[in-house]
Order: sequence, then structure tokens, then C-alpha cells
Amino acid sequence: MHSELSLIEQVKSGKLWDIPGGIHPPERKSLSNSTKIDIIPLSPFYYVPIKQHIGNEGKLLVKVGEQVLTGQPLTDAIEGLSLPVHAPTSGVIKDITPHVSAHPSGKPEITIVIESDHKDTVFTTKPIKNWQTSEAASLTKHIQSMGVAGLGGAAFPTYVKTNPTKDIKLLIINGVECEPYITADDVLMRYFANEITQGINILQHMVQPELVVIAIEDNKPEAIEAIKLAVKDQDTIEVRVIPTKYPSGGEKQLIEIVTGQEVPSKSIPADIGIVMQNIGTCFAIKEAVIDGKALIHRVVTVTGESISRPQNLWVKLGTPISDLLTHCGLVAEQDQRLIMGGPMMGFNIMDTMMPVVKSTNCILAPSEYNLPSFGVEQACIRCSLCSDACPVNLLPQQMLWYSKAKDHEKLEEYNLADCIECGVCSYVCPSQIPLVQYYRSSKVEIKQEKEDKIKSDKAKERFETRQLRLERDKQARLLKHKESADKRKKALEKDGNAKDKIAAALARAKAKKASTGETAPISADAQTTNTQDKVAAAIARAKAKKQAQADSETTATVSSESQDSEVGSAEAVEAKSAEQIKKDKIAATVARAKAKKLKQAAENKEQGESN
Amino acid sequence: MKSISKLFVSSPHTRTGLTTNQVMRTVCYACIPGIAAQTYFFGWGVIVQALLCIIVALTAEAIILSLREKPVRATLADGSAMLTGLLIALSIPPLAPWWISVIGVSFAIIIVKQLYGGLGFNLFNPAMAGYVVLLISFPVAMTNWLPVQQVMTYDISFLDCVSSIFTGFTLDGYSVTQLRIAVDGITMATPLDHFKTQIDLGLTASEITASPIYGDYGGTGWEWVNLGYLIGGLLLLKQGVIRWHIPFAIIASLFTFSLISYSITPDLSLPPMISLFSGATMFAAFFIATDPISASTTIRGRLIYGAIIGALIFMIREWGGYPDGVAFAVLLTNLAVPLIDYYTKPAVYGHKAKV
Ligand code: SF4
Ligand code: SF4
Repeated sequence: MHSELSLIEQVKSGKLWDIPGGIHPPERKSLSNSTKIDIIPLSPFYYVPIKQHIGNEGKLLVKVGEQVLTGQPLTDAIEGLSLPVHAPTSGVIKDITPHVSAHPSGKPEITIVIESDHKDTVFTTKPIKNWQTSEAASLTKHIQSMGVAGLGGAAFPTYVKTNPTKDIKLLIINGVECEPYITADDVLMRYFANEITQGINILQHMVQPELVVIAIEDNKPEAIEAIKLAVKDQDTIEVRVIPTKYPSGGEKQLIEIVTGQEVPSKSIPADIGIVMQNIGTCFAIKEAVIDGKALIHRVVTVTGESISRPQNLWVKLGTPISDLLTHCGLVAEQDQRLIMGGPMMGFNIMDTMMPVVKSTNCILAPSEYNLPSFGVEQACIRCSLCSDACPVNLLPQQMLWYSKAKDHEKLEEYNLADCIECGVCSYVCPSQIPLVQYYRSSKVEIKQEKEDKIKSDKAKERFETRQLRLERDKQARLLKHKESADKRKKALEKDGNAKDKIAAALARAKAKKASTGETAPISADAQTTNTQDKVAAAIARAKAKKQAQADSETTATVSSESQDSEVGSAEAVEAKSAEQIKKDKIAATVARAKAKKLKQAAENKEQGESN
Repeated sequence: MKSISKLFVSSPHTRTGLTTNQVMRTVCYACIPGIAAQTYFFGWGVIVQALLCIIVALTAEAIILSLREKPVRATLADGSAMLTGLLIALSIPPLAPWWISVIGVSFAIIIVKQLYGGLGFNLFNPAMAGYVVLLISFPVAMTNWLPVQQVMTYDISFLDCVSSIFTGFTLDGYSVTQLRIAVDGITMATPLDHFKTQIDLGLTASEITASPIYGDYGGTGWEWVNLGYLIGGLLLLKQGVIRWHIPFAIIASLFTFSLISYSITPDLSLPPMISLFSGATMFAAFFIATDPISASTTIRGRLIYGAIIGALIFMIREWGGYPDGVAFAVLLTNLAVPLIDYYTKPAVYGHKAKV
């Protein structure tokens, strides 16, 4: 309790903490942040993937050939972690088909193709004007139905975070934007500070934190001014200017900077009473609640030395990247690299038909001169530049060694799972080793291994259940034998009027034998079965526990290539819900097993008594 | 417009700082002030040895690489073999016979480096392992340091050095032993060597250090050589090629132990400043112990690593059989590195005591 009380006091004191390591890459933000946010003209076609967030895709609501309006829902959220997507403009649905996805692999995903009618007719939705008096639950539902996801990079469904199960003390608004080149949040804060503040107020109403801290890096003086002005009358909102350093905008890193606390490994910020939202998300919340607008556009920075008019644009989700590049004038150099996201955590765009999605904050076309790419990988010379720079205090050089050796146990011992894939280690490595790439593949391998293990465990369990069943059948047969023996014995006793002494003695002897030789083994057997059952149940319980744990770990290790804040919590929350479902299932199984066992025991007891 | 970037590359998309090749080369360049001082005081032999050792190192590495079917050119370009050769050259007496250099360098490259798996896999510092093998196998040749040129009877030219290294005699027919006889007719030894033998003869420290082979704060000549390596080392620090922890820990630990010893038994101990500016102290602190491959990788580990080396240097000089203990100190501490690393792992984010 004490630490929680002092958390707010500590934060209020304005003290800032430092994170270990970190780097100061050239920022190159002035390329794109000097102009207002422009609007890109309508594209002829929009490609809307039905899954643009962490979690499940929604259920399709539309068919090919159907007419849709701007902002009309195209899918409906299903149970579990799920968000709908909406039509970015009015037009006709041309196709619903796999299309290159905004993912590092570019793996085709189901995408709704809309041919624009260039009218942009708006679908009427209901805003919640009186949100101050609305219940948090109905606001949460509304935010979900408007498709709002974290716009910092991970696209984690926002409604989960606005509906925390834990008591929240501190709400941190992440305006750090520490990746070089990207200025989407910067310009949003400059020109939409009031809207952002409204969004924050809605969040305050829903989450009820004691304090809100808006954290902005000191390389954005204009944004800081604008935000300070917008919140000057609100004494529960504080603006914290933090020193520029990459990766200060990582969720866990920012929490450390603002509070001096660490989110324990495999936990989420809410576990220590903190929730974090991105600047862009606050804006989207405001639009969803106050204007009744679904999330169908966002600010995207189109920048890099190969772009003739680098700038920030309001881009409708689903716009193909090629349209952005044409609009901003790409002058490609030889082997031009195209990156979605920033230079530190973004991924290569392999196909410019890739659409802008909820998590797209930047399209970067750098020159080789200004953003030199990697040369040939050389041997690790253990110079420790990587470990000195790692913001999580990992030992990348050791993890590299074990990653190459595929020693997954050692990788866990060296806490690979806590790697946030920020890229700092690769950035400083003199041997030009793509360390993060090694870690990503190791994480995938470990996940695979765990899944395989679960499968083989299941097979083993099936085998054991079968053994148990066979054993029970045998038991039943024995019982039957005993019953018939008893019957014979009784019959014998009934017509035992012959009164022959010898016969009587024989009968006694027989009876004795029956009770010691026959009954005893059975009751012993019954006991064994009983204990066996108990042991089996215990094993099953232990296994279930292990499995649930393994499961949560696996999910927590899922690599996510996305930027900035919401990465960590996204995974953890997903892990949590998955774990919950798993646990429920297992609990049910255990309950069933227990009931069976009880029944069995009762039967045995009955049999024993009837003897 | 389709498929501009065909290559799949994982993030990050850029890097910074020196590459490994540049790092190795920078270390070689940073030796220059030290080499200059060494050449000034000990003659051209230093340069001849440097060239010889580098050639041997590159040749040995090339042969092994082609035997192991590894890329030869690209690997030679990483500069690590060149650096190992150079470091050995700077450690051995300038007029040591050529086969000494060949054996030492070949051992370092072939056995210590390549047979352990090549760059990045060696447990021991190759240069120091090569040096120690030489010291144990050829103790006489390896301690045959010339006196500083300024107190030498004979002038020796560049060609004299070449001739001496390859034939054993200068052009005028003098052997190394003859060359070692100084103006006053006494065979010269290095200051550390001299101190040890004189202490054993019962002289006090202040009597011994009155000899001309000691300068103002170190051995004559040696103090300048050490200063040269100190300057080179500071340049490396500034370039970010090495970090301060190891040199600092070595110097601090050696100084502390010397000071303690000197204040307890001033008559029997080398003054702390002479400790720091004699023998291979600075060379070891900035150029040998900082070899990242065989050093500790954690920050606390590097401080411990340096402190142990400093302490061992002191102990070997004070109580050991060899006049200078740098090589042994480094190799012994190399052995402890896995242990040091293991116990100094930094606390990973989220693994501190639960809040
Ligand atoms: S920075 Fe690169 S070369 Fe240096 S220790 Fe790390 S992985 Fe090895
Ligand atoms: S990518 Fe992982 S290992 Fe590398 S610096 Fe970032 S957190 Fe550390």
C-alpha cells in the first residue's frame, strides 16, 4: 500500500528517472514536421484488411457488390479480443479477397476492396455528447464499436485498456515519439491539442486515475507548448518533458522514466496501477465519442530523403502505399528501401500495394547515405557495446551465442522473453550483426517448441486416460466375479442344513477363505484404485497448471514488430485472456474428473459395504 | 511501383559507429605514440619486429583460414590478426631473433585464436598467450632487453637491427649480449628486472632507484613508452573504441597495492609511480586487457576483471619469479571471465524485487 501511495507522490514531485543504455540516433524529424497536416485526395481503391489489430478479426457484415458509406461498419466484433473495421469512404465493395498485408511477412490476409464513388457520403452514427454522465461500460462498448485501437504502433484494442479490472492510479499519455523521422504525434499535438485533451478527459472519466501525466520528449518544443496551453486549467493533468533518447517511448521504458518503477516481467502495467495510451489514440477516442466517428483515418508521416515533399497526412485506412508515395513524390534511388514505421523498429515494405492500417504511423524512404544499411555480418568480438546500450539490461552478445546454438533453455535464463526488440543492440554492433533478427527467430522457435510440447503432453494424457479406463474395466470385471462368488456362498449357506460337522467345518473354512482371500484383495484393490485415482487427478491438476503457464509464456513471447508503447501490454493482456480461457477449460475438466472419481469411490465403497 | 525493396531485412534498418574492421585498425593506430617512444629509446628493432610479426600473423591466419575453408580476404580485412601480431612485436625485446617472433605469433594465431574457433571464440588473449609461451620456452632471449639507446656504448642503425634479428649479429659483428653492456660496463637490465635482482642483493629501494636506469617517475625511457601508450589509450577512450572500466580498474588496483606496500616497507618496494610507469603497465591497461574477446562483458565484471589484473601484476612483480607479470596476470584473469560474467549479470527490467 505504501509503495502505491508514494507512487503518485513520487510522480507529482516531477522527478524523472533514467533508463539504462539507450541511443541518440540522428533524429531527422525536421524533414516532415514543418508543415500542417494535409489531406490526401481520395484514392480510386481502398484495401481494408479485416484484421488490423491484436486479437480476432470481426465477422463480415457486407457482401461483394454492396454499396457502403463512409464510416459504415464492415465487420462486427466477435467475442474475445476483437474490433470491427469500417469503410474509409463511400463506394462499392469490389472484392473480398486475400491481399498483401501490412505485416513484415506481407502474408496475404482477407481484405475488403472498396471502389470509391468519390462522393465520400457519410454513414450516420450516434455520438455520445453527454459522455460525462454516461457509464464507463457503455462508453467502452461504443469505443469498441468505433474500432478504436492503439495508434502508437501495436494496434491493441483500446476498449480493453479503458476497462481495467484493476484499480488505476496513474494514466500516462505517451507523446514521446522517440523513433527517428516520425512526427505524426508531434504534429497532432501541435494542431489538435484541445481535441487530444478532450480524449484524455474521456479516458479520465472511464479509468478514474488519480493523476494523468503526458510525457513528451524535449525535442518537440512546439508540441509541448500547445499541450501545456490546452491543459493549463486541469490540475489532474501534468505535462512531463523528458530527455530525448531512444527508446524512451517504449511502454515499459516510459513507465520507468516517469515513475521509477518497473512492470514486473510477464505482467502488464495495470498490475502496478498504471495505464498508458498514445496521443493518437486519445484523438481517436475523442472523435469516436464526441463526433461519433469510427476510426477510418489517421496521421501518417511520409518522409525520408528520397521523398520530395516529406510531410504528415491525414490518410484513410486502406489507402495503398503507392498512392502516398506518388502524392509525396518518391524519387527512388538505386535499391531504394521502403519502410513502414521508423528506422529502428519498422519493417521493409515489399509491395507498395500494402495498405495503410491502424498501426501505420510512418512510411519512410530513406537514402542509403543518410541511413546506411548493414554491411556483411562479422564475428562477435564481445565488445559489449550492445549490452551497454540495451534498455532492458539484457546481454545481447550472450543471447546471440545461445541463439545460434539454439540453446533455448539458456535463452530463457538470459531472459530473451524480456527483449522488446527495440533494435538498439544491432544499431551499435560494430560487427554489424542483425541481433534482433536472431532473437526473433529464436522466439518463434521457442514458441513452436512449447506448442509441440503441449501437443505431446496431450497425447500422453490421452494415453494415461486410456490406461485408467482399462484399469477400471478390470476392476468392474473383478467385482462381478466377487458378486457371483458371494451368491454361490449364500446359496451354500442356505442349504447347509445337512449339519454334518465336517461339512460345517468345511463351510467355515471356506467362508474364512472367502473373507480373507477374496474380500481382502478386493478391498485392497479398491483402495489402490482410489489412491490411483487421486494420484491421476493430482497429476492432471499439475499438468493443467503447467500447461496454462506455458501457454501464457508462449503468448507473451510472441514477437511483435510494432513500435512504441503498447507492445508489452498488448502481449501480456492477450496472454492473460488466453490463459483465462485455458484455465476455465482446465477447471472444467478437473471438475469432471473429480466428479467421476467421487462416483467411482462411492461405488467402491458401496461394494465394500455390501460385503 | 511494385516490389521496390525485394530483400527481406529485419529492423533496425541502420547502424552507427565504427565497424569491427575500423575498431581493430584504430587500436593499431593508437599504438603509434607508444611505438614512437619505444623506437626512440630502443631503436629500429621495434619497427622491424612489428613488420615481421604482422607479416607472420597475416600469413598464419591466411593458411589456417584456407585450411578451415573460410573466406580468407574478408577475414584478414578485419584487422584482428594484424593487431595480434603488432601487440606481440611490442612485447618482445626489440632485437629478439626472428624465430622467436615467428614461433610466438604463429602460436598465438594458430593455436590460441584459430583452433578455438577464430575471432570471437578465443578464451585467452592471443598476444599474451603467445608471449607467455615464448617467455617460458626461451627465458633468456625474452628478457634480453637492450638498455635505452642513450646509455648504450654502440650506435645501432636500422640495418644493424635487421641483421641482428635475422643473424644474431649487427653489421659490425656485435652480439646482443655485447650490445647490452652499457657505458659504465655493466650489463643492463630493464628497471623491473634490475630492481628485483638488487633487492635480492640487499639494497634498499632508494639506493636502487638512484641508478640511471630510473627516470623521474619510472624507468628511464620506459616512463616515456608508458606515457605513449597512455596517450594512445586515452585516444581510444575518446573514440569510444574502449571503455574506461578496465584501464581504470587496473591502474587503480595496481596503484593501491603499490601504495600500501610502499607505505609499509618503503625500503623493499617499488615506488607506486615507478610501478605505473615501468614495464608494460600502460600497454597492458589500455591495449592488452581491453581486448574485448577475452575480457569480461558486464560493467561490474569489467571493473572486477581490471582490479584482479592489477592485483596480480603487483603480486607477480613483488613476489613472483618474473620481473613483469602483465602477461600472466591477464591470462590468469581470462580464465576467471566466464565466472565473473555469470555473477555480474545485470538485473533485467522487470526482474527486480516485485513492487
Ligand atoms: S555489439 Fe556486436 S560485436 Fe559487440 S558484443 Fe554485442 S554482438 Fe558482439
Ligand atoms: S533489441 Fe532486445 S536485446 Fe537488443 S537492445 Fe533492445 S531489448 Fe536489448
